[in-house]
Formats: sequence, C-alpha cells, structure tokens
Amino acid sequence: MYRPRLIPVLLLKDKGLVKSRQFKDFAYIGDPINAVNVFNDLKVDELIFLDIQATKENRLISLDFVRKVGEEAHMPFAVGGGIKTIEDIRNIIHAGAERVVINSSAGLNPDFITRASETFGSTTIIVCIDVKKDIWGKEKVWIQNAGKSLPNTPVEFAMLMEEKGAGELIIQSVSLDGTMKGYDIGLIKEIAKAVSIPVVALGGAGNLNDIKKMYKEGYANGLAAGSIFVYYGPKKGVLLNYPEDLKNVFN
Amino acid sequence: MPARILIPDFGMGNLHSVERSLHRMNVVPVVSSDPAEIKKADKIILPGVGHFKKAMENLKSFNLIDELNESVLIKKIPVLGICLGLQLMTTKSEEGNISGLGWIDASVVKFSIQDTLTYKVPHIGWNKILLSKKSNLINNIPDLSEFYFLHSYHLVSDNKEDILGETNYEYNFTSAIEKDNIMGVQFHPEKSYTAGTKLLSNFIAI
Repeated sequence: MYRPRLIPVLLLKDKGLVKSRQFKDFAYIGDPINAVNVFNDLKVDELIFLDIQATKENRLISLDFVRKVGEEAHMPFAVGGGIKTIEDIRNIIHAGAERVVINSSAGLNPDFITRASETFGSTTIIVCIDVKKDIWGKEKVWIQNAGKSLPNTPVEFAMLMEEKGAGELIIQSVSLDGTMKGYDIGLIKEIAKAVSIPVVALGGAGNLNDIKKMYKEGYANGLAAGSIFVYYGPKKGVLLNYPEDLKNVFN
Repeated sequence: MPARILIPDFGMGNLHSVERSLHRMNVVPVVSSDPAEIKKADKIILPGVGHFKKAMENLKSFNLIDELNESVLIKKIPVLGICLGLQLMTTKSEEGNISGLGWIDASVVKFSIQDTLTYKVPHIGWNKILLSKKSNLINNIPDLSEFYFLHSYHLVSDNKEDILGETNYEYNFTSAIEKDNIMGVQFHPEKSYTAGTKLLSNFIAI
C-alpha cells in the first residue's frame, strides 16, 4: 500500500536551475518556477529545492522564491540553503514549504537539529548528509561549504542526527553526483538499517533499474535524483521529465 | 452569499497551502486568529503541523477554544481537521500527554512498528485510503485513492462508526473520521493533487 517517493532534486544557482557533476561542472537547466509547473502536470511525488550558493554567500534561500514556489506547487515540497536559525525555518514554512533541508548547520552544530525539531516537530526537519570518499577510499561525512569532512562515519553521523531529532535523512553521494552510474546501495542500506527514520537516497541514479534496485536492496523510503528528471534521451538533452513508468516501478 | 470558510490561525505551521488550494478552486477563506471570526464562520478548516501540546497551548492562548466548541458542538457547523488539526479533535494525545478538544471519541498514539527496516517513522509519503463508509466528504473519490501523509502519531478511534477511512502502514490505522458535522483527515488533501482537491471541494459543497 505504502510506496516510496520519487523525488526530483533541483539545484538553484544565480536564480536559475543547474545540474552538477560531483558537486561541480554546473550546467544550466532552466527557470525554476517553470519547472514547478511542468512537475505539477507530471504529478511528481514531491520536490526538493536546494540553493547551493546560499551558505557560501552567508544568506538564506530567497523567501520570495519559496513563496513563488508555494503559490505554484500542487505537490509537497522542501527547501534548503543557508538555514542557520529557528527564525529561518519559521520564515520558510510561513512562505509555503512543507519541510526544510538542513546540511551545513547540521554538521557544524548538531544541537541546532534538536532545537529545530522541538520547535517545528521532527516531521518538518530533513537533514542532508553528503558522503564523499577520502583519498584512501574511506567514506566520510563531507561539509562542502566548510571544505572539510567530519570525524564521524556516515552511519555514526546518521544515528546522531536521528538522536538529535531529524525526521528524515537524505544521503547524498558526492562522488556519484551527476554520473548516472547507479546509487551507492551499500551505504544507504547500512544507514537504513541503523536508523528508524526514513532515508532518502540521492546521487547516481541513471535509469529506472537503479531506482528499483535501490528500493529493493537498500531499503530507501525516498528515491531522489537530479539528472534523470532533467535530462532526456540518449543525447541527454535538457527536458524535465517524470516517466509514467516510474510510479509502476514498485508494483 | 457564499459560505464563510474560516481557517483559524493559531501559529501552527503551514496554513497557506490550504488557503492556496482553496484559491485555486475560487474559494476565498478567512484566515484569522480572532475568536470573533469563528462566530461568523459557516465552516471551519482546522489545519496544523507540529507538536500536539504546543498546538493546544496556542489554541488556549489565542482564546479560540470556547468559540470553537460553541460553533462545532452547539451550532454544529461543518469542520474539517487536517493532520494535526484532526488529532486535536480527540480526547488525548501521547504527544505531550495532554487532553485535546474532545470532539470525537479517539486518542492519538505514536506509531508502534515491528518491522522498523521497512516501516520508518515518521510515515512520510503517498499511501492509500481504504474507505469504511459512505460520506459526502468522499463523494466521487475512488476507494484506494492515494494521499500525501506526513506524521509520527495517528488516531485510535474508540467508536468504529466514526471511522471514515483507514490506511495501512504495517497495520491499519484511522486516517479519516466523520461524526455528524465533525470531519478530519490525517493526510494532506491540499498536497494530494486530484483526489485531495476533490475532497476539499466536497467539504466546500457540504
């Protein structure tokens, strides 16, 4: 009866949508509000918007933008980018998002997650954990905006975030981002087994089979992706899409 | 005169999604924290996201409870609770261990899951509703329609006749209730595309 969600993750840079590869090599995709309208028609399960410059520029994702998305979005959506305070979250929810995605602040100040979930309920708080292999091939929790990794293993950090009150975790593989080579199933599965909150896989999905495999073998509750929802066809032309087959993947 | 639909604003979460979906149906609700507005309302939609205890405290501090009771229990105007708004209609919740509005014989408990690998809590995402009885609220909504859920706690109804629909998440829980003029859904119709819009327009038409 219950089925996992298929979630397009859209990256904002200079007010446009971009798609990255391994957190760099940004390609311009299009206008974000137009994307909301296209995804409305495609009846996507949920949308996630991440402003990838906000933390670096020491600002919050534009509330005006969140409001515009809220006016158009028929689907539930979450936003992230530069969230540091309780007031930031209040403003984003008030602007119309269902949930918020916290990344840098969760890594640098785990207690912020406790305050956030006590104020808004854990269902509102998503923590995005970026995982990157170090030069020895060991998986580390990577804080992109601080340019460093944390001492905790990804599993330890995921358990810490659950304990602090996160309502959901997005586990993103930096190395697989934009490669369309398939998810890191082992990593997601290890984390899904260690926590009792939902886990969303992100990074590497290249086709329907990757998604199916991730769900069946890795126990992800959400299958998130960028490339497969913004590129289409063998030449990978830019075209927002959400194949009808996707929803039948789990039957 | 079109019906006056009130969305009480008591500082709990995202009222605007509900307001916007009504706008799309050309319905303009009143969003207000003024108890006097409750008196004037023909219908009430009670949304809410967040902590049960905090929500009850806010209803008290905004002085809304007496007017709500008057409208719902004495005047018997139609009321639709959404998510936490539904939970507030019950007698008590495990979340904060306090009493609710007590409009329906039900209590609120946390999900108690055995298979924690498959069924994570919160229950987030799209799930189906198994309809238990006929009702104008679910007119033309097919059995097993999908709706969007986002919650860690759910209703346990003491009165089977009040159950309008159930949803399975390892076990069946009450996901929609209807007792005379009092209606409530655990899911978010305002975020559930066609079926959700239908449910809201059914409520408007009641």
